[in-house]
Amino acid sequence: MYLVVSLAILVTMVLALVRALRGPTVYDRVLAVNMFGTKTVLLLSVIAFLLGRPDFLDLALAYALINLVGILAVLEFFQNNTRGTAEHEHD
Amino acid sequence: MIDLALDSLSWVLLCLGGIFVLIGGVGALRLPGFYTRLHAASLTDSMATILIFTGIMLQAGFTLATLKLLAIMVFLLLTGPTASYALANAALQSGLKPDADQLGENTAGDAS
Amino acid sequence: MIIVFALFLLSLLVVTALAIVRTENLFVAVMLTSIFSLLMAANFFILDAADVALTEAAVGAGVTTVIFLGALALTAEREKYAAGGGRVAVVVVAILAALIIYATFDKPRLGDPDAPVHQHLAPWYLEKTPELVDIPNVVTAVLGSFRGYDTLGEVFVVFVACIGVLFILGVQPEHKLPPTASISAGLKHHLIPQVVGRLLIPFIILFGLYVQFHGEYGPGGGFQAGALIATGIILYALLEGEEEALRAIPRSVLMGLVIGGACLYGGVGLLCILLGGNFLDYSVLAADPVTGQQVGILLIEAGVGMAVCGALLSIFHAFAARTIRP
Repeated sequence: MYLVVSLAILVTMVLALVRALRGPTVYDRVLAVNMFGTKTVLLLSVIAFLLGRPDFLDLALAYALINLVGILAVLEFFQNNTRGTAEHEHD
Repeated sequence: MIDLALDSLSWVLLCLGGIFVLIGGVGALRLPGFYTRLHAASLTDSMATILIFTGIMLQAGFTLATLKLLAIMVFLLLTGPTASYALANAALQSGLKPDADQLGENTAGDAS
Repeated sequence: MIIVFALFLLSLLVVTALAIVRTENLFVAVMLTSIFSLLMAANFFILDAADVALTEAAVGAGVTTVIFLGALALTAEREKYAAGGGRVAVVVVAILAALIIYATFDKPRLGDPDAPVHQHLAPWYLEKTPELVDIPNVVTAVLGSFRGYDTLGEVFVVFVACIGVLFILGVQPEHKLPPTASISAGLKHHLIPQVVGRLLIPFIILFGLYVQFHGEYGPGGGFQAGALIATGIILYALLEGEEEALRAIPRSVLMGLVIGGACLYGGVGLLCILLGGNFLDYSVLAADPVTGQQVGILLIEAGVGMAVCGALLSIFHAFAARTIRP
């Protein structure tokens, strides 16, 4: 039961990786990394139950929290780079 | 009897979650344009999260693991749409227009 | 079944590594490095090494990506073309790879119970841990108590790395800061990430403390907890801006954490000498030797967590507080 879902998630991770390698704009790549992150959380939870070790769920919880920080950091970096060259509308 | 019902319900939920994950992956790969791909990825992410975690929670029973799964599900449902919003906002502010041409080659300021 | 997963993930690793090497846009390389860390964490997880997987996910995919992005904001986005030397490098690497693959033909199979590594030391650790240290997580017992010297060395390595980065990048004095518009004001003008981020920061820090103290019973420990707490505070710095974060937790507090963590570890060792045992021999810390071991492990894990958290935050602020390139 868990095996089918984990194979589906693994296939989607491959598709997300292809998007990260291909994506014409950088936002495509950031989207792919975000997708990869949430799929990793799902994969870790499913495999934790597949291997019969529910106390490994701490990893999935840690990664669910860290994923957001990574994406917000990327967008902060981009905002400052484009804001440095464009007008200062907000400040 | 209850076990059989719980097991079959878990099977159905997990398989549906797997199907949504695959739909999201295929959508992120094949749809034209950044905003359509973002749409596919974020919507199917939330739906698949709910289905898969509910399926696993039915299997785990009333243990500590169920509470942890509930916590992971709540955090994923909170942070997933936030990340998509931040990403779409950043793309829009840097000039990526939603009505780009059909082939997916967008003429934005940050094309790499 | 594990073989199928392992093959999948390892081939994805090879593809990602090739893509990282071949791309010349450094931002793409940073994103792919984040994916690489996630794949490594999944690999460790499948091999049943939960502590290592947690550390790799927390440090590699979280803090390291943020620090790389902070460094990338200060330099160019494209790699400079490096001419020559390619052929020789490929030949050398190919010869070494062939030698290493030849050397693995004599290796015992993965998880073979008759392998030499499982005959001598590993059964001793597994037998003696319930008797001498009595905590369920053998990895923490080995890391904290049986091999305590190595972990002391690791904490001092983290400390030296932090000092090294601060020497190179320096600390900007307050009066030399340019006008506020150039320093990042954070995502202050975006309401939704701010609200959600403010909800999440207490939970991240609480979860970091849980991982710190739960390291004796499940996957966890000082290194993972330090990285998680640093991630929470980095989220605050991203949302509210650099100056707010530096006002909330100033640099002196961070240096205090790093130095305090390293000194706590060494101090516990010296305390054991003062109480009559050897250096880092925790049995003398309490009336009952087993309780003494547990108290000792608790104290040194706290030291490790403090040092790692302070070091990661100092390095992050060292990058993020410099001016953005015009």
